[in-house]
Amino acid sequence: MTPLLSVQGITKFYGQHIGCKDVGFDLYPGEVMGIVGESGSGKSTLLNCMAGHLTSDAGAVVFDTRTDGPRDTVTMSEPERRMLSRTDWAFVHQHARDGLRMGVSAGGNVGERLMAVGERHYGDIRAKATDWLGRVEIDATRVDDRPTTFSGGMQQRLQIARNLVTGPRLVFMDEPTGGLDVSVQARLLDLLRGLVRDMGLSAIIVTHDLAVVRLLADRLMVMKDGHVVEAGLTDQVLDDPQHAYSQLLVSSVLQV
Amino acid sequence: MSDYNFAYLDEQTKRMIRRAILKGLAIPGYQVPFASREMPMPYGWGTGGVQVSAAVMTPQDRFKVIDQGADDTTNAVSIRTFFERTAGVATTTKTSEASVIQTRHRIPEEPLSEGQILVYQVPIPEPLRFLEPRESETRKMHSLAEYGLMHVKLYEDISRHGHIATSYDYPVKVEGRYVMDPSPIPKFDNPKLGDMAAIQLFGAGREQRIYALPPYTQVVSLDFEDHPFEASKPDHPCAMCGAENSYLDEVITDDAGRRMFVCSDTDFCEARQVAGHTGTMNGKDAA
Ligand SMILES: Nc1ncnc2c1ncn2[C@@H]1O[C@H](COP(=O)(O)OP(=O)(O)OP(=O)(O)O)[C@@H](O)[C@H]1O
Ligand SMILES: [Mg+2]
Repeated sequence: MTPLLSVQGITKFYGQHIGCKDVGFDLYPGEVMGIVGESGSGKSTLLNCMAGHLTSDAGAVVFDTRTDGPRDTVTMSEPERRMLSRTDWAFVHQHARDGLRMGVSAGGNVGERLMAVGERHYGDIRAKATDWLGRVEIDATRVDDRPTTFSGGMQQRLQIARNLVTGPRLVFMDEPTGGLDVSVQARLLDLLRGLVRDMGLSAIIVTHDLAVVRLLADRLMVMKDGHVVEAGLTDQVLDDPQHAYSQLLVSSVLQV
Repeated sequence: MSDYNFAYLDEQTKRMIRRAILKGLAIPGYQVPFASREMPMPYGWGTGGVQVSAAVMTPQDRFKVIDQGADDTTNAVSIRTFFERTAGVATTTKTSEASVIQTRHRIPEEPLSEGQILVYQVPIPEPLRFLEPRESETRKMHSLAEYGLMHVKLYEDISRHGHIATSYDYPVKVEGRYVMDPSPIPKFDNPKLGDMAAIQLFGAGREQRIYALPPYTQVVSLDFEDHPFEASKPDHPCAMCGAENSYLDEVITDDAGRRMFVCSDTDFCEARQVAGHTGTMNGKDAA
C-alpha cells in the first residue's frame, strides 16, 4: 500500500540551533500518528515543516495526491501547496484564534474553505456550515454569532469544523486540547476520536499530553532535542518504553 | 502660477506615475505601487486622483471634477481651481466636453466615449483588507488569485442582513483575474465599469497604489448564484428631471423633514431639464 504521507529526513535549523533533525516516517491512510516530547523538543517545528508553514533545510514530505499520486510537497509550487492546504489538508492550531477569523461569524468561518474552492451558492454553503456546527456539537442557532462570543472549547470545535468541511484526508494538529479545562478536553477528545473514525481521517497530532495519544494515536514518536528517540505502536511505547527518555516521560506522567 | 511646473508635479514624478499607470493598464485591476508625493492638500481630499490627473494632463485638456456627482462641492471646486492655477487648463462641468474627469464616489450617467479619461479618487485600494489586515498575505492572495475571502465578506452580509447589503465599494473581478475595489462608487454604477469606452484610472494617495481599466475591459461584480448582483438605487424617478434610471440622492427639502429624490449627477439632471424633461417637484411641473 502507498503511504498517504512519507516524511523523509526532515531537518530544520534555527541558525546554529537544531529545530528538528533527520525525522522520517510513513503514515498510512486512516492512521493517527502522535508526536510527544517535552517543551522545546521540536514537535511544532516538525509539524510546521510537514504542513509547509516552515521551510525545512533538508528532507522530503511526499503526499499521495488524488490526481498525480505521490508528490514531494516541499518542492511543489506554492500555489499547488496552498491549494492542497485548503482541500486535502487541514491544520488545527493550539490557539483557536490562530485558526479562526474572529471577526467573521461561525457560519462564515466554516464556509470559507468551501468558498475558497469555488462554491458559490449561499444557501448550500450555509446548509453545510450549519450541518458541520451540529457535528461538532455547536447549536445551529449560533451560526451567525462570532467566535469571540464562544467559550474556549466551542472555539476549538469551530476550528475543527472549519477545517473538516472540505473533507480533507490529512489533518495536522498542534496541541488541539492545550489550554482547555480538563472536562472540556475530554469532550473534545471524544469528538475528535469520533470524527477520525467516521471520516477515516489520517492525522498527525502533536501533544505533550500522553492521555491524548493514548486515546487517539495508533502510533507514537517520542522526540527529544529535535531527534526522534523512539517510535512504535502507542500501547507498546507507553506500556513498555525502551529508551531511557521515554521511560522518564511515561513514569513522570504516572506519578501525577 | 509660473512658480510651479505644469500641473504642479515635476516631470520626473510625472514620468514615474505614468509608468505606474501604463503598468496598471497592461495588467487590468492589478494594484501598482507608486511613490506618492506630498500634495498641497490633505489625504482624503483626493491626493491620489490629483497626482494621476496631473500625470495624464496636457495643456489642451478640458478638465471636470465630480464630487458625489456634483461639480460645485468645496472639494470639487478646490481641485478644479488647483489645476486651473497650476496647469492653466480649461475646465467644464459638462461630461461630454471633458477630456479628463476626476471623480469621487460616482461615474457620470452619460456614457463616456473613447479618448476620455476617468480618474477615480481611492481611499482604500485593497478589497481584501476588510478580512485580512496583513499586506503580505493579501499580496499573495492576489498573485495566486485566491479570492474565497471576498465571498466570505458577501456571505457575512447576507447572513446579517438577508441580502448583500454592501452598497458602495462593491468588489469586482476584472477580466476573470484580479479582484478590484472600484472605489466608493454606489454599486448602481458598477455595470458602467465594464466595457467602458473611456480609460479608467484609480489613484490612492495615502496607500500609494495606482490601478487601471483599459477601454472595453470585462468587469464582473461578485455575487452568489442564489443572491445575484443587483445594481440597485432608490425606487423613484428624479423629482427635478423625471429620470427613471439615474442614481438619486435623498434631499431634505424643509424643516418638516420632507424629502425628495434628485439625480446625484447634477450635469446630467440639468441637461435633461434644459431639454424639457421635468419631475414632480420641478417648478415648471407644478405651475
Ligand atoms: N522561530 C524560532 N527561532 C529560533 N528558535 C526556535 C524558533 N522556534 C522554535 N525554536 C527552537 O527550536 C526548538 C524546538 O521548538 P518547538 O517549538 O518546535 O518545540 P515544541 O516541541 O513544539 O515545544 P512546545 O511543547 O513548548 O510547543 C526549541 O529549542 C525552540 O526554542
Ligand atoms: Mg509546540
